[in-house]
Amino acid sequence: MTLAVRVRRALGTHWYAWTMVAPVVLVIGVIIGYPLVRGVFLSLTDANEANVERNIGVNHLPATYKFTGLDNYKAVLTDGVFWDRLGWTVVWTVGCVGLTFLIGLTLANMLNRTLRGRTFYRLALILPWAIPAFISVFTWRMLYNEKNGILNKLLAGGGIDAVPWLNDPTWAKLSVIAVNVWLGVPFMLVALLGGLTSIPGELYEAAEMDGAGPWQRFRNITMPGLRAVSSTVILLSTIWTFNMFPVIFLLTRGGPGDATEILVTYAYRLSFVDSPRNFSESAAWGVLILVLLSVVAVVYRRALRKQGEVW
Amino acid sequence: MTRKHNGRVRPAPAGTRKRNQRSRPASVGLHVALIIAAVVAVFPPLWLLITSFKPRNDAFSTGVVTHFTFANYTHVLADTEFLTWFKNSVVVVGLTTVLGVFIAATTGYAVSRFRFPGMRPLMWLLLITQMFPVAVLIVPLYNLLASLGLLNQPAGLVITYLTIAVPFCAWMMKGYFDTIPVEIDESGRVDGLNPFGTFWRLVLPLARPGLAVTGFYTFVTAWAEVAYASAFMTGEENLTLAGGLQTFVNQYTNDWGSMTAAAVIIAVPAALVFAFAQRHLVAGLTAGTTKG
Repeated sequence: MTLAVRVRRALGTHWYAWTMVAPVVLVIGVIIGYPLVRGVFLSLTDANEANVERNIGVNHLPATYKFTGLDNYKAVLTDGVFWDRLGWTVVWTVGCVGLTFLIGLTLANMLNRTLRGRTFYRLALILPWAIPAFISVFTWRMLYNEKNGILNKLLAGGGIDAVPWLNDPTWAKLSVIAVNVWLGVPFMLVALLGGLTSIPGELYEAAEMDGAGPWQRFRNITMPGLRAVSSTVILLSTIWTFNMFPVIFLLTRGGPGDATEILVTYAYRLSFVDSPRNFSESAAWGVLILVLLSVVAVVYRRALRKQGEVW
Repeated sequence: MTRKHNGRVRPAPAGTRKRNQRSRPASVGLHVALIIAAVVAVFPPLWLLITSFKPRNDAFSTGVVTHFTFANYTHVLADTEFLTWFKNSVVVVGLTTVLGVFIAATTGYAVSRFRFPGMRPLMWLLLITQMFPVAVLIVPLYNLLASLGLLNQPAGLVITYLTIAVPFCAWMMKGYFDTIPVEIDESGRVDGLNPFGTFWRLVLPLARPGLAVTGFYTFVTAWAEVAYASAFMTGEENLTLAGGLQTFVNQYTNDWGSMTAAAVIIAVPAALVFAFAQRHLVAGLTAGTTKG
């Protein structure tokens, strides 16, 4: 069979499938593929605001940045800033995902039973999800306001000194984590509740008949039953939290100083906030972030596979 | 919940009732814990709503509204560019949702029903694009949109948002289509419909809950996106809501009154869409996340 014939035959059989996926492939190719290649390329140059191709009035200035090999990576990896930010990003991700998952699991278990007012509780608890995240973040900024915010006023009512929620490095870290957990619990709750309802009730009855206590039932029926759902939501929420831009950007702008700056917001700052805008270093940060995430995903999948997960 | 089939009650309740019988302290403890959680969840949005009805100078008073006023709302609607931002957001989000749901559905359907060369790489691509940090893409994307003349254009943002929403949605739609029996497709083929006809006339109507969930997800993602919107849209008249809201409270101004009113107006459509879609949400998410 010649190649032409084979191509024609493949087209004949698969043309409708290919047509159906074409828009997605096209969009992803143009908007993610090209920028990604370009981003990797930029990270190997010394591009910044002053030397990229640009138009000033009617004058067109050509690009004058040059290829510098791995210099950016060397600079970023030997500079302490990257490691500081990475350390905090890890604390942030683990803290947020861990707390969100624990709270979500607890609440899902509380709701997964006959209970007066169940619908009300469920609706109230998923409310944070219904509101756009940036609105909630602004609201929290208002609540956290050091001089006039309601939180400090309430504390003052109890005779406690004002807490510098967003102005002290340590408090700011706790505050941003709290907001992100508040935002993330509803998703966990809904996903885990879905997982819980799919566990057959007969299993619990059988276990109870065999004399298993509540904790044993939880460990031996609930946890294994939730494994498929929870492994997926934990992976997703790790990736989302690692890349969580709006919470930190809008709540503290990475401050005070750069105490709450995670990798993603710092990279954004390098190319859009700082002056002069340093495109190449920002791109290098981006590539490093992507590499880190890929490693996390691969390791996580390996670990799951070892436990006999199909996913 | 007891479900009745043909008038017969499921035999389960006898056993479950026993399990669900709690001692009184346990019951009280359960309700106390849930009430605390519900208060924590509801308080911030509620406080936002309350504050928006206070006169501007009282924005930070601790009490409930003493001088009820719509001044913040009228100020935001009449004296700021808010309506322009709202219109920009509606255009961007509307286009993103319609296009996003449509191409996520066709892709999900193709991946669910056909075995074709390039399918596995495509699945991987959809999974991996979800992890792409904004930071790697944003500068090159900025340059790309600039060279295409799409900066400050709704179309630029729409295309960008599609890449955020579509991979996850296509993945979820695949889970949905997997639950629809293949016999339906076959009956369509017997009746002489081509694959597109089968998809459009038979399968898509059955997948309505899935479409609702993906539509909801796309809507919420686009409505609440901040990073791209702040970077690609500049100039008062081009901002979307996420960018516009930042202009009320920043290092120069502190107009919390207007901020709260604007925030409430922004949150209402999102909450309505959410209320509409939340029935399907549990089913949609579990279908999408447990099947891979």
